[in-house]
Amino acid sequence: MLLNQFLLLSAVLFAIGVYGVLARRNGVLVLMSIELILNAVNINLVSFAAFREAVPGEVFALFVVAVAAAEVGVGLAMVLLLYRNRRNIDLTEIDLMRG
Amino acid sequence: MDPGLLALAFERPAIDWHAVAPEIVLLSMGCLITLLDIVFLDRIRPYTAALAGLGLLATTIPILTLAVDGTDRVLFGGAYVVDDFALVMKVVFLLAGYLVVLMSTNYVAEGDYWENEYYGLLLASVMGMVMMASSRDLISVFVALELLSIPAYLMVAWRKRDPRSNEAGLKYYLMGVFASAVMLYGMSLLFGVSGTTLLAGIGEAVGSDAGSVAAVTLGIVFVVAGFGFKVSAAPFHTWAPDVYEGAPTPVTAFLSVASKTAGFVALLALVFVGFYGRADVWEPLVWVLSAASMTVGNLVALRQTNMVRLMAYSGVAQTGFMIAPLAVAGHSVATGDQALSATVTYLAIYAAMNLGAFAVVITLARRTGSAEISSYAGAFHYAPGLTLAMTAFLFSLAGIPPLGGWFAKFEVFRVLATAGEPWGYVLAVVAAVNSVIALFYYAAIARRMWAEDVPDGDLSPVSVTPSLVSALALCGIVTLAFGVAPQAVARFTNVSLLALGG
Repeated sequence: MLLNQFLLLSAVLFAIGVYGVLARRNGVLVLMSIELILNAVNINLVSFAAFREAVPGEVFALFVVAVAAAEVGVGLAMVLLLYRNRRNIDLTEIDLMRG
Repeated sequence: MDPGLLALAFERPAIDWHAVAPEIVLLSMGCLITLLDIVFLDRIRPYTAALAGLGLLATTIPILTLAVDGTDRVLFGGAYVVDDFALVMKVVFLLAGYLVVLMSTNYVAEGDYWENEYYGLLLASVMGMVMMASSRDLISVFVALELLSIPAYLMVAWRKRDPRSNEAGLKYYLMGVFASAVMLYGMSLLFGVSGTTLLAGIGEAVGSDAGSVAAVTLGIVFVVAGFGFKVSAAPFHTWAPDVYEGAPTPVTAFLSVASKTAGFVALLALVFVGFYGRADVWEPLVWVLSAASMTVGNLVALRQTNMVRLMAYSGVAQTGFMIAPLAVAGHSVATGDQALSATVTYLAIYAAMNLGAFAVVITLARRTGSAEISSYAGAFHYAPGLTLAMTAFLFSLAGIPPLGGWFAKFEVFRVLATAGEPWGYVLAVVAAVNSVIALFYYAAIARRMWAEDVPDGDLSPVSVTPSLVSALALCGIVTLAFGVAPQAVARFTNVSLLALGG
C-alpha cells in the first residue's frame, strides 16, 4: 500500500499549517491554518488505520472532525467579538497587554 | 466490512455505573443549571452559584464511596480507568472548582454580565478535568482535553465588551488550539506505530523494538510540547501572563490551578503508561522544560508590577518544580513511583495555596479595584487578617515550613537527589537556586503589605463577602494542615500508574 505518499502529503499539510499559524496576521486565516493541521492529522489517522486495519484510527478521525467543528465555532465567535469591538481582526494590533 | 464488525457495533459495552457515577452527577448538575437558566431566566440567577457549588460537592460523594470500595475499575476495554490516581485527582479538581465557584459568586454577579452560563461552562470544564483523570486512551484524553479547554476559552473572554478580555480570550484560544493540533499530530504518529489508541497498548509498542523509530520520538516530542502549553511550561508559557491579566480574576485562578493540574494529569498518564519505555526521549525534554520554566518564570517575575502577571510567572516557575521529578522518573520503576507521588503531592498542595493567594487578590481588588502591587502597600493597616493570610500563602508558595509548600518542594528534592542520576543532581541545584530567587519577590509583596504606609491614607475596611471568607478559610486550613501533617497528604498521594501500565 502507498502509505508513504499519504504520510508525505500529511507532513506537507502540517508544515503549511504551522507556517500559516506563525506567519499570518489575519485571525480567520490563522483559524484556516489550524484546520490544515487538523486535516493533516486526519489523513495520518485514516491512512494508518487502513494500513494496519485498525478501526480506532478511523474513530479517532471522526472525533477530531466533530471536536474541531465545536472549536471553530468558538473561534469564529471570538474573532467576531473582536471585530465588533475593534473593527479589525489584525492579530498584530492586539497588544494591549505587554511585559 | 466484515459482518462480525457490524454485530460488534450494536453491542452495548458493559458499563460499571458506580465507576461513572461522579461524571453522571456532575453532568446532570451542569445540564440542570443550563435548563433552569432557559426556563426561569433571571429569576434563578441568585441561586445558580449555590447550585453549582452543591453540584461539585455532591460529585465528591460517589468518589468517596469508590475510594472506600477501593478496587480499580477498568471500563471500555481499558480506555477509562478509575484507580487511586484518578480518584485523588478528581477530588482535587472538584474542590478547586468549588473554591472557584466561591470566588466567582460575587465577582460575576457584580460584573454586570449574565452569569448562569458562566456556571454551566465552569461545570462543563470541571467535567472535562474529571474525565481526564480517568482517561487512558488517546481518544478519551483528546476529548477530555477539549471538553475542559473550550469552556475555558469562553470564560476567559467573559467580559465581552472589555477589549482586554477579548484579547486574552483570542490569544488563549489561538495558542490552545494550535497546541492541541500539534499534539494531535503527535498522537496520530503514535497511533501509526502502535496500531492502537489505548495508552497501555502504546506503552507496549513504545517499549518494544518497534518503539525506537523516529516517528515515536517525534510523536512523544509533539505530545509533550502540546501539554507543555497547557501547563504553561517555558518556552510554551508566553500566553499565560496576558491571558491571566485579561481574564476575570476567578477565571485566572481556575486556569492557573485546575487547568494546569489537568494538563499535568494527562502528561503523567501519557508518560507513565504510554511513553515509559522511551525515557531517553522524554527525560531530557522534561529536564529542559523544568529548568527553563523555573529560571525564566522566576527571573521575569522579579520585575513584575502587576500582581496577576506576577502570579502568572510564579505559576510558570511552580510548573518547573512540579515537572522536575519526571526528569528522573525513567531511572527505575521505584523512582518512577516516587516521582509520580511527588508531582501529585505538589499539585494538591499547589491547588490550595495558589487558590488562596488568588482569593486574597480578588478580595483586595474589591476595595482598590486594582491588581497593581503598589496598591497593596499598607494592607495590614486596614485588613490585618487578609494580610496574614496572604503572607501565609506567599510563604507557602516559596516553600517555607510549616506551610504546605515546603513539603511539596521537599518531596521534589528528595526524588531528584535519591534517583542517583547526575542530571538529577544538576536539576536539584537549579531548583535550589530558584527557590531562593522566588523568596525575593514573594517576600517583597509581604513586606509591602506589612511595613509600608497606605498610599492615600484611606483606612476604610475591605468588604469581604461570606463566600470569599469560606474560600480563604478552606485554602488556609488546607495549606497549613498539609505543612503540619504532611504524612496525611502523603497517604493519599501515594499512587502508582506503572503497575497498571506495565
